[in-house]
Amino acid sequence: MTTSTGTAVTTQVYRVYIKATSQAIWDAITKPEWTERYGYGGLSQYDLRPGGAYRAFASEAMKKAGAEMGFPTPDVVVDGEVIEADPPRKLVQTWRMLMDPDAAAEGFTRLTYEIVEGKGGVTKLTVAHEVEGAPKLAVLLAGGLEDTGAGGGWSWVLSDLKSLLETGSPMDPGNPLNRG
Amino acid sequence: MTVRSPIVGIVTDDNRVFKALADPTRRFLLDQLFARDGRTLTELESELEMSRFGVMKHLRILEDAGLVVTRRSGREKLHFLNPVPIRLIHDRWIDKYTERQVSALADLKHELEGETA
Repeated sequence: MTTSTGTAVTTQVYRVYIKATSQAIWDAITKPEWTERYGYGGLSQYDLRPGGAYRAFASEAMKKAGAEMGFPTPDVVVDGEVIEADPPRKLVQTWRMLMDPDAAAEGFTRLTYEIVEGKGGVTKLTVAHEVEGAPKLAVLLAGGLEDTGAGGGWSWVLSDLKSLLETGSPMDPGNPLNRG
Repeated sequence: MTVRSPIVGIVTDDNRVFKALADPTRRFLLDQLFARDGRTLTELESELEMSRFGVMKHLRILEDAGLVVTRRSGREKLHFLNPVPIRLIHDRWIDKYTERQVSALADLKHELEGETA
C-alpha cells in the first residue's frame, strides 16, 4: 500500500481479536477443510516444516469468476514455502500470488502469522505481510481492487475468518468469490 | 441474514473504535499512517503541533482500539495502521443497512463537491 523512505517499510500489518482458541485459528489457517470456508475460499495445502511446500488451489467459484471476467484461473493460485512452523503460535512462509500474471511476476513475498491467546478465550491474530518489491500485490492485499471483484484483501479475509469462528458462518454466504 | 447473539466483548471493541475515531488529532494520525505506514513516534510527532507526551497518549488510544499496531524493527518501534476494526464495523453495520444507500450518498457528496471545485 505504501512505500517509505528512511526506515524502508513495505510491510502491511493486520490484527484481529477472535473469540476462539489458538488451535482453532491455527487450523483455520492451515487446514484445507477450513480454508475453503472463508475469505477467497479454495483449499490450502501445507507441509508444515521448514522448506515444506505451500499451495492454495482455485475453487470452482474462483474459476467461474475468472472466466466471467475473461481470464483463465490457474489450478494453483498461491504458492510458497514454509520457513517456520510453531503450531499453534507462529507460521512464517513465503507467498506468491499466481492468479494475476502481473502479481505473479513480482515474485515471492514473506508472510507471518502470530497467534497469542489472551484473557477470556479471546485470541489475538496478527498478520504481517512483507511486500517489498511487490506494489501490485500490495494494492490487492490492501483491498484496493475490491470494486473489480478481486475481494477485499487481508481486512476482508480476517473479518470473514472472525465471523466464521465466532458464529459458525461466514459474513456473506452469497459472495460468489467466497466459497466453491 | 445471519442473526448474531450479542457478545459483550465485541460491543466494547466497537465503542473503543468509535471513541478513537471521534478525535480529529487521532484521525490525522491514521491519515498519516495511511499515506505512509510503519512510522516511528518521532516521525509522527513532527507532523503535529503537540508535545511528545500528547502524541503518545493519542497513539495509546488508537492502539487500545486496535486501529494502530506497533512492531519492533531493530531499535525502532514502528506504528502501523490496522484497518481490520474499521472493516469489522463496515461488515457488521454498513452492509446491514444496505451498501447501495451509502454509496448513493457518497456519489452525491462527490457530485456536490465536484460542482464547487
